[in-house]
Amino acid sequence: METFLQQVINGISQGSAYALIALGYTMVYGVLRLINFAHGDVYMFGAFMGYYLANIPWIESRLGTSAASAVFVMLGAMILSAGLGILIEQFAYRPGRSATRFTLAFWFGVLGAGGGQLVGQTFASVVLGAVVGIAVGAVLEWLGIRPVRQESRLALLIIAIGVSLFLENGGQQAFGADPKFFPQIIPTTSLNIGPLNLDSQRVIVLLVSLALMVVLTVIVQYTKTGKAMRAVSFNLDAAKLMGINTDRIIAFTFALGSALAAAGGILVSLLYPRIDPLMGVMPGLKAFVAAVLGGIGSIPGAMIGGLIIGMAEVMAVGYGQSTYRDAIAFVILVLILLLRPAGIMGKGMIEKV
Amino acid sequence: MKKWVFWLVALAALAAMESSLRGLIGAYNYQIVILVGINIILAVSLNLINGYTGQFSIGHAGFYAVGAYTSASLVFYGGPAIRGATAFLPQIAQNAVLLLAGIFAAAIAAGIAGWAVGIPSLRLRGDYLAIVTLGFGEIIRVLILNIDAIGGSRGFSGIPQLSNFFWVYLVVLITVVTVHNLVNSSYGRAFISIRDDEIAAEAMGVDTTRYKVMSFVISSMFAGIAGSLFGHYTMYLHPNSFLFTTSFYLIIMIVIGGLGSIEGAILGAVLVTVLLEVFREFGAFRLVNFSILLVLIMIYRPQGLLGAWTLFRPRKAAPAAK
Amino acid sequence: MGILDVRNCTKRFGGLIAVKALDMCLNQGDLYGLIGPNGAGKTTVFNLITGVYKTDEGSIELDGRTIHRSKPSSIASLGISRTFQNIRLFRSMTVLENVKVARHMRKKQGIVDAIVHTRHLKSEEDEIERDAMQLLKIFNLDARADELAFNLPYGSQRRLEIARALATAPKVLLLDEPAAGMNPQESLELMRLIRSIRDEFHITILLVEHNMKVVMGVCEKIQVIDYGETIALGTPREIQGNPKVIEAYLGGA
Repeated sequence: METFLQQVINGISQGSAYALIALGYTMVYGVLRLINFAHGDVYMFGAFMGYYLANIPWIESRLGTSAASAVFVMLGAMILSAGLGILIEQFAYRPGRSATRFTLAFWFGVLGAGGGQLVGQTFASVVLGAVVGIAVGAVLEWLGIRPVRQESRLALLIIAIGVSLFLENGGQQAFGADPKFFPQIIPTTSLNIGPLNLDSQRVIVLLVSLALMVVLTVIVQYTKTGKAMRAVSFNLDAAKLMGINTDRIIAFTFALGSALAAAGGILVSLLYPRIDPLMGVMPGLKAFVAAVLGGIGSIPGAMIGGLIIGMAEVMAVGYGQSTYRDAIAFVILVLILLLRPAGIMGKGMIEKV
Repeated sequence: MKKWVFWLVALAALAAMESSLRGLIGAYNYQIVILVGINIILAVSLNLINGYTGQFSIGHAGFYAVGAYTSASLVFYGGPAIRGATAFLPQIAQNAVLLLAGIFAAAIAAGIAGWAVGIPSLRLRGDYLAIVTLGFGEIIRVLILNIDAIGGSRGFSGIPQLSNFFWVYLVVLITVVTVHNLVNSSYGRAFISIRDDEIAAEAMGVDTTRYKVMSFVISSMFAGIAGSLFGHYTMYLHPNSFLFTTSFYLIIMIVIGGLGSIEGAILGAVLVTVLLEVFREFGAFRLVNFSILLVLIMIYRPQGLLGAWTLFRPRKAAPAAK
Repeated sequence: MGILDVRNCTKRFGGLIAVKALDMCLNQGDLYGLIGPNGAGKTTVFNLITGVYKTDEGSIELDGRTIHRSKPSSIASLGISRTFQNIRLFRSMTVLENVKVARHMRKKQGIVDAIVHTRHLKSEEDEIERDAMQLLKIFNLDARADELAFNLPYGSQRRLEIARALATAPKVLLLDEPAAGMNPQESLELMRLIRSIRDEFHITILLVEHNMKVVMGVCEKIQVIDYGETIALGTPREIQGNPKVIEAYLGGA
């Protein structure tokens, strides 16, 4: 019985991490009807940002292992990841939707920077490469190369796959392919509640996730921006006609989702400190499954879905074959979609003929 | 030209090339040529579902894996018996019989897997279908990971090498001709009608479920055959060769070339395979380049490099807007 | 008993009753009009008959066979074909191919024939093509057979939809607002066309239309529905004088 309760706690904390990632999927799907495959990699990015922030010597010496350092690392990584989310939206997803500029310059700049690193291995060569790339891209754009207006959602999905591959491989180049170990930014103690022996990390993961979900709910339900987000996800064109700056709302949605994913990345890294550039792939997919399970587009659905997936995995590992762990989420997904295609909290749609 | 003349000339040409190619271009390039061929089979067959029938599957690697492992285990465990039964034949013919048995088993097994996955999931549309096919692909991989008789997580080694340029490109030809003939028959028009407008297709008497499952099964069978050829070339299989990233790369091939065009799928398979090989020395950076290239193609030329252009007759435009 | 029998059919969408205990009976060779104000449930009736929606209550029979539980493609093969209010042609296909797709149902090709491209397939293909071209000629579309259907002018697209529907060799043809977006001249031609289709193909036609001139000019029997219920049934002359109909259209009280 105690082990069971222990497992339940583990499941909830694992699940709440999935839920944090799933929220980003579900919100982006809500506004763009896009499976943002790159989202799992934003989670990875968040964990790495946390790693680098925690290793800044000044932070390490001043704050060490303390609540203040944890808050600093967490918020910093969330803000940086939100920026990444906005960049992805701006330069990968928006060009096919709205008129944008400097898309080529951006991507050529990234290419140039990568090339610079490869050739020169110094900071200067990276900057030089980026400058050359940006210049080439800007000239090409000036010559009249413009994005094509996208008619199919398929192209967008493939862009998402491309961005995901980009972040994974760019991560390997920038952060190195070898795993790193996330520092202990909060002290570990054991809490004994009755017969239960909880370690403080899990409790913190759980509490922080819950707090973030409450914050998100407040933003979405009670702020003006949140209202606009809901309007955009209900009907993008109508929202635009009503004077909502849909591009700004979409960018905000990406920022919010990415920040939550980064938080998820750091929380999971507290429990399992091994981080590497491909760490986002599986959790990303499972979180997406969680979002679908809960009914994609539904925020409470994503939370419930995440909890179910996390719980099912922990139980399967605890009481069954741990080698099947990676398949469980998908088995649940298949069953749910076949029994209730719209997910738990989703709404079915009738196609007009 | 009579059909049998075409095939006879093709067989002779392939046999001649097989005997001289490796010496001509070296073992390393020969291997790339083989990989290109296998990817052409995979891409052209995947195009049947994603390009012509308009269903978005990202689980092709799963069927590829089923074929590879089925064929490898048949030959590995049943090989001695088959060789014994065909002992009166020369070695080369025995090998051919073995490989054909493996290919046949692979096609059947992958076809059954395609059917089993297709029936329930094709009720779903668009993104949901995509994610379920991805899920099935992953389930298949995890199952393989847990079967010890075929190596599990250690990988399956000791598979006899049976396939070569001749066999791979013979299958490439068969795949291309089959898919080309199919899409230019009533079946192909039924597939395309589903892609264009599923409701109108139903109203015109096209049993959309049946045709969707059919395209799924045919496509899976070819993926299975490709798997068989792959395993019997590399002599070693590991579940990691069949991750969903493999499916992603296949999608990229058909999209870069232009969905719903056989030439596009071939071009995409060649380009992607060769580019990834050529830039291998750049490590992760080659994939960075590659993914940026993919994003830029999709932003600036979403219809693919070839788009609606086709070399052979009837042109099929890119899929309709959804 | 008629060729198409709708009995006591009800269809709900959530709380909304789109069609309420509707009866409709078409006899062989009828040119039957179904009219009603916007949102009266006309298109829903079409979707029930063709199996796109399933009835909540009641039954639909074609030539004595129950069809309301079948899927759309089986209903099509039993002999009901339709056009769509918002044109639904196969946009990446040519005009000819659009008609060919519909023709397949009556001429099954074997999968082996299709893959190997046998002589047998070739002759069947030729036959399908001949039939399709014949239909296109009737609709004056044969000159543009190899153009993309998508590139045809609007009026031609509507005619192509009818040609495509006829290619399935239906017993009953359902036309969903065929005159929508047509000018008076085109509508006049359409009326002639509808009558000649009925006579030449010996089929029954059910027409939903907003254009009163077309309905009154071409239909022999008209059923008026409002809020999913029948409010009148009769000849065009009877309908025109029916106060209930006038009230429904002009929005009484």
